[in-house]
Amino acid sequence: MSVIKTDILIIGAGPCGLFTVFEAGLLKLHCHLIDALPCAGGQCAEIYPQKPIYDIPGFPSINAGELVKNLLEQAAPFKPGFTLGERAETIEQLDDKSFRLITNKGTVHEAPIIAIAGGLGCFEPRKPPISNIINFEDKGIDYMVRDPEKYRNKKVVIAGGGDSALDWTLFLANIAEEVILVHRREEFRGHLDSVQKIIDLNAAGKLKLVTNSEVTALNGNGHLHSVTITHQVDGDKEKETDYYLPLFGLTPKLGPIANWNLNITKNAIEVNTVDYSTNIPGIYAIGDINTYPGKLKLILCGFHEATLMVQSAFKRIYPEKNLVLKYTTVNGVNGF
Amino acid sequence: MGIINITVIDREGDKQTLHAPTDMGLNLMEFCKSYDFPIQGTCGGMCMCSTCHIYILSDHKLPEMVHQEEEVLDFAFFVKPNSRLGCQIPLTDDLDNLVIQIAPEND
Repeated sequence: MSVIKTDILIIGAGPCGLFTVFEAGLLKLHCHLIDALPCAGGQCAEIYPQKPIYDIPGFPSINAGELVKNLLEQAAPFKPGFTLGERAETIEQLDDKSFRLITNKGTVHEAPIIAIAGGLGCFEPRKPPISNIINFEDKGIDYMVRDPEKYRNKKVVIAGGGDSALDWTLFLANIAEEVILVHRREEFRGHLDSVQKIIDLNAAGKLKLVTNSEVTALNGNGHLHSVTITHQVDGDKEKETDYYLPLFGLTPKLGPIANWNLNITKNAIEVNTVDYSTNIPGIYAIGDINTYPGKLKLILCGFHEATLMVQSAFKRIYPEKNLVLKYTTVNGVNGF
Repeated sequence: MGIINITVIDREGDKQTLHAPTDMGLNLMEFCKSYDFPIQGTCGGMCMCSTCHIYILSDHKLPEMVHQEEEVLDFAFFVKPNSRLGCQIPLTDDLDNLVIQIAPEND
């Protein structure tokens, strides 16, 4: 079994996680970052790379994407490792009190310290509020298309009005026996040319477009058999189908971290503000994912939390060593 | 005027009329959060997440929906003709006696 070993395993490669690499590096601690997204930067890179941020001290204005680029550059001398596109799934504590963390793709990491800098959590598909929907997950309901071949010669109902719903409707229209696109409004938010293609294919009978409607019920015994489509005026219609694909975008969820026996209040991890430690010794939480009296979800507060947290982490790893704060202005930045 | 009244109906159906300042640059999402209503405002008011989804129950004239607000509501559930995103409605004096209801949680 190949194992990635480091001093501080950081969950979340957003601004807070990246700055942790720098502060840990000054104490000669190595870091490795895990992020469910395929690139570093967290929300800044994923949600609002072009948005200016005005409250980073010393920067009257900086684009979120530019801030991430700078943080990566600042962390680079300390050669952080990355496991990207994988979600931190399970942890266990080993005999020597260090932690073994395994991702959803099976990558194994070990470290004496875990720093959770997970921001809003992992981005997961938004699930429609239909009470029995979980009964049909992977039994006719897919929240994303992984293998389009699965739908060849099958009946498929897709719901949503965004690009993903439009694109897969167009794609599957050539593969599936029947494709029905259900949308709540008359208008679509997707690209205009995709919308026009959908309208044309609907007119040509290659797919069926059902607007002003929502899928409101799922029926079947073990496997999905039909969906109920409710029109705003005409009411309910049951439609037999093999698959239902609700494509309503992504929403952040705490995810597997919620099952790690950490104290959690309102989707945030409780920490001690002395060092941002959680109720499990050796696990810390910093940035938007933590909570404490007076918490402010600001990048600059996350930077402060990261700085104090690595001091505590150092003392936990090297209890026999005394730590003295060194100034970068005096000592420079000595990378690995 | 400076202070207006806004009536909020929460997810349990409880109704409260509260004071809201119009001189602090707040929007309806922030106003609800300031009174600890369970509105998340995950994206911080960038019109990106729909966790400040509310219904407008009075007939006040509100700022027109911009394209992005309509798009974000497309990804929300429990959407009705009177659905709005709280973050897109700044508090102004003409919203005195506005009545809003917090929409059910998305997931």
